[in-house]
Amino acid sequence: MDKIMAEPVLELSNLSKAFGALRATDGVSLDLHPGEIHALIGPNGAGKSTLIHQICGTLRQDTGTIRFAGEDIGALNTAERARRGLGRTFQVSSLAPDFSALRNVMLAVQAQEGSSFRFFKPVMRDVGLIDRSMAMLERVGLKDRARIPAAELSHGERRQLEIAIALALDSKAFLLDEPMAGMGPEGSKTLTGFLDGLRQEAPILLVEHDMDAVFALADRISVLVYGKVIATGTVDEIRRDPAVRTAYLGDHP
Amino acid sequence: MTVALALEQLLNGLQLGVMLFLMAAGLTLIFGVMGLINLAHGSLYMVGAFACATVAAATGSFWIGLVASLACAAAAGAIIELLVIRRLYDRDHLDQVLATFALILIFSEGTRWLFGSFPLYLDIPPLLQGAVALPGGAQYPVYRLAIIAAGALVAFGLYLLIGKTRLGMRIRAGESDREMIGALGVDIRTLYTVVFALGAALAGLAGAMVGALQSVQVGMGEPVLILAFVVIVIGGIGSIKGALLGALLVGVVDTMGRLLLPQLFGLFVPPSQAGMIGAAAASMLIYVMMALILAVKPRGLFPAAHM
Amino acid sequence: MAMTRENLINIILAVLLLAAPLAANAFGQPFYVTLATRIVILALAATGLNLALGLGGLVSFGHAAFFGIGGYAAGILATHGFSGDPLLFGFSGTNQMLVIWLVAMVVAGLVGLLIGAISLRTSGVYFIMITLAFAQMVYYFAISWPAYGGEDGLSILVRNQFPGVNTMRPLGFFLICYAVLMAVLGLFVLIRGSRFGSALQAARQNEVRVATVGIAPFRIRLTAFAISAAITGLAGALFADLNRFVSPSMLSWHMSGELIVLIILGGAGRLFGPLAGATLFVIIEYVLGGLTERWQFFLGLILLGTVLFARGGLLGLFAGKAKHG
Repeated sequence: MDKIMAEPVLELSNLSKAFGALRATDGVSLDLHPGEIHALIGPNGAGKSTLIHQICGTLRQDTGTIRFAGEDIGALNTAERARRGLGRTFQVSSLAPDFSALRNVMLAVQAQEGSSFRFFKPVMRDVGLIDRSMAMLERVGLKDRARIPAAELSHGERRQLEIAIALALDSKAFLLDEPMAGMGPEGSKTLTGFLDGLRQEAPILLVEHDMDAVFALADRISVLVYGKVIATGTVDEIRRDPAVRTAYLGDHP
Repeated sequence: MTVALALEQLLNGLQLGVMLFLMAAGLTLIFGVMGLINLAHGSLYMVGAFACATVAAATGSFWIGLVASLACAAAAGAIIELLVIRRLYDRDHLDQVLATFALILIFSEGTRWLFGSFPLYLDIPPLLQGAVALPGGAQYPVYRLAIIAAGALVAFGLYLLIGKTRLGMRIRAGESDREMIGALGVDIRTLYTVVFALGAALAGLAGAMVGALQSVQVGMGEPVLILAFVVIVIGGIGSIKGALLGALLVGVVDTMGRLLLPQLFGLFVPPSQAGMIGAAAASMLIYVMMALILAVKPRGLFPAAHM
Repeated sequence: MAMTRENLINIILAVLLLAAPLAANAFGQPFYVTLATRIVILALAATGLNLALGLGGLVSFGHAAFFGIGGYAAGILATHGFSGDPLLFGFSGTNQMLVIWLVAMVVAGLVGLLIGAISLRTSGVYFIMITLAFAQMVYYFAISWPAYGGEDGLSILVRNQFPGVNTMRPLGFFLICYAVLMAVLGLFVLIRGSRFGSALQAARQNEVRVATVGIAPFRIRLTAFAISAAITGLAGALFADLNRFVSPSMLSWHMSGELIVLIILGGAGRLFGPLAGATLFVIIEYVLGGLTERWQFFLGLILLGTVLFARGGLLGLFAGKAKHG
């Protein structure tokens, strides 16, 4: 496939992180190419969360490197990584709860445009800022809910809002942490369709428990068990992989 | 500077450190177990001092006064825990700060109401009067040595209590996981009251012991409280070990700084100014030390694991 | 902007606060003019803190440091201005308020930058205790440094001057302070609604979210903390001129506590919270203080009641729940 040949957007090499005796991440190498959805699956406690924290910069790796868009970002903090285009959504929605949906997106747009050190111009009269933010809300189908505080949005709407924020950041890659969690069947279906189109905009590293969604969306799948990647391959390769079947898929008939 | 003077000041530093430990241990325990910042801890120190002075004056015995200080401070602690503090565990730190600040106003003015604005005095018990000779020839008060010994005993007692007893096990469980301790069937409300009263008793003991060195007056607990905050910031919030080492560090550095810094500045500037600059620098020394430690270790020297 | 109930109450407060001293002055009661000036200056100091605490969620228990530094800036400049002794770089002080304010704000802001740079590396109770400790450091320094009065404080013999106003007349000085407060409240509104204000408030609500969109919360907070310190420093300079006296008590931790109390009594996170709180506080102080020497006992009870049972403060009672954009 052509796209595998292209330079990867995100590339983890030999990443390790231990907490005392526990090796939460154990020599993980993984990459994400333009245009693809790369799903990361694994049983609970496999180290998915720890890995995401390291990619985002909330945890530092003990050893190994993280390259993003041609640059080593392993020593940068969360905000610096985000500014380079690493768009992330959270397993448990993480929004500014008192702000409306619109202002949550506006915060991302203002960050993407540059300086937040502007002290005098009222944001609510900044037509350009509002328009760009509304456009993001419209793309995820939240335009009608723009003025509702994030705390009062439904679970599914908060997921959509997170994605709108990631879009607003003009991300070079998306890191989606269980976007399907807690969504009803209808919501999951809509979101699956949306993510399917999103990969053209920027590749997605998708951490997900919902196997239907993973098998429907993923170009490639990596399986993480006890902090190690035990297999990487296409959907069919992973389905057939005996090690994966015993370690993981066996638990989910 | 003679060896005797240095030794004397070193002991004074240890004695200050011991007092700070008694305050800081309660504060850090209460924060570690209940997640509460208690500004009124200095008021409990004051309660202990007033109780000791009043009862000692009435009975003629310092020792009965000392027992009274423990009892009154523990009782005052239990009462405010039941009436006010337990409503604050689920609140944010701002509410805790404000409510306990309000308690300080109530305690301070209430004490002025009961005892008037004049300080009380507390005599050192006959058993502990007098002085012993230090190597180098200086005389050192027995009472101050007794305070150091008492502090060491309390530190050892706390070590046993927390490390070896059922109550201690529950306290440790409460520090690491509040839900688990509920699941174990421990009555968490009673545990909180007991921990708070224990912290209060330690503060009261400190107040009573210092009461015989200084005058007993309203507001006496507040400078000590702020030093105790410096201690637990340095030591790491929630850590008894950190409180002990932090307290000794602050006590010794503060006392030695007041002795040495004026002499140090004396090497560079005329003596009249050296005293002034040295004293001003010494008054800031422990805060500068705190800033330096935080620059290297933002969570203190011995951060508690659960933070 | 739509006329909400809170805006209406704010306007009434602002008008009353201007009308009361004008009336008192007309009836020859300068004492009440001075009382109103005290309200305005305390409100200004608390508005500075409100920027850090109300918008940024930074519970600083050390703002007395900035209040006192502003006060000492006024006192020291005025003393040198009076005596003609050189202060720094051949500059020998001044009695011009405008210069004094500038110096007070710059010095308080710089100290705020320094204290903030260390304290903001931590959060929660650490932040509270560290800001408290640093303020105490400044307090002890002021006490042990005898050149400007040490423990006894420093008197300003003649109130400093402002172009075109007789500052020795209580009403003239009140109007200056009132104008400064209104200007700073206007600045507060601008900052709250700006991009910077958005980032600051978002950092209060969810620090991780702010970092994940690429804004470093530390820099936003540090900037807010320094601006907050500068405003409280300005209030300190005015307070020194009001009393014509500066002492370490302006730096004491009780002062830090009182500034927080003003905000909470009035209503946290509200534009006029500090003003409502300062009004209530000074009235309590005046009325209860006239009845009993132990008025702080009752202040403690009122505060305790507010924290436990009426968390919206005074404005919360009248204007309903605080709204956010």
